[in-house]
Amino acid sequence: MNLQSYLVISIILFSLGIFCVLTRRNAISILMGIELILNSCNLNFAAFSRFVTPPDDISGQIIALFGIVLAAAEAAVFLAIILAIYREFSTISPDETDTLKG
Amino acid sequence: MEFNPQQLVFYLFALLTIGSAVIVVTIKNIVYAAFSLMVTLFSVAGLYVFLQADFLAATQVIVYVGGILVLILFGVMMTSGRLDLKLKLERGQLFWGGVVSLTIFGLLLSVITNTPQWENVDAGASQEPTTRKIGEMIMKEEFLLPFEIASILLLVALIGAALISRKEVRNE
Repeated sequence: MNLQSYLVISIILFSLGIFCVLTRRNAISILMGIELILNSCNLNFAAFSRFVTPPDDISGQIIALFGIVLAAAEAAVFLAIILAIYREFSTISPDETDTLKG
Repeated sequence: MEFNPQQLVFYLFALLTIGSAVIVVTIKNIVYAAFSLMVTLFSVAGLYVFLQADFLAATQVIVYVGGILVLILFGVMMTSGRLDLKLKLERGQLFWGGVVSLTIFGLLLSVITNTPQWENVDAGASQEPTTRKIGEMIMKEEFLLPFEIASILLLVALIGAALISRKEVRNE
């Protein structure tokens, strides 16, 4: 249970999230990948706050809290955009919604 | 090394986190992926408890599992039409996605293993509950301004999401 075990969990989550974002063909699955990436970030902040900074300094945890706030705002706007796209195109595959492509 | 139940629970949570995240990434059914994401989020909250971030763990459960995950499930149900929507995967995309994510994984792993000051760091002494300290730091110390900006951001996201997702009304 040292710092490195937390970091290794975090980078596994991060690369799984990157893989999900790159390979999935459904916008909601891409959102799930982004949530995995944000979670790995927050886990890193909390781990460094526990192990590296002095014990009474918990600013890392507060930054992780702000990260959760950002994730909530991002998910709300993301799903609103997905709903608008679905009404317009009747699909949420990023490959088929290519009106702006030159 | 003697048997340590705390360590056992930690590895259980780590295994749960990674296993369910793998299911999120690989499973074909998107509803199953969403529920597997719930397991991931819960076990990350468990890891926060191990890091003595009790307030953070509670916030993770309330905001992620109670809020974002429900939002994702709503999104799935409103856009898929039927619940057994299968996710298509292309072989070339799988290959290149694997290459990119494995490269990133290897890079970060080499950074972690080659940084000597991160090896065998001792955790500090056990802390008291963090809720009071977090409240004080947010409300009267250096995090007051970011806190206010975060509230404005949430307001903007609220208005923006409502504006984008409603039906367009043309009155001419």
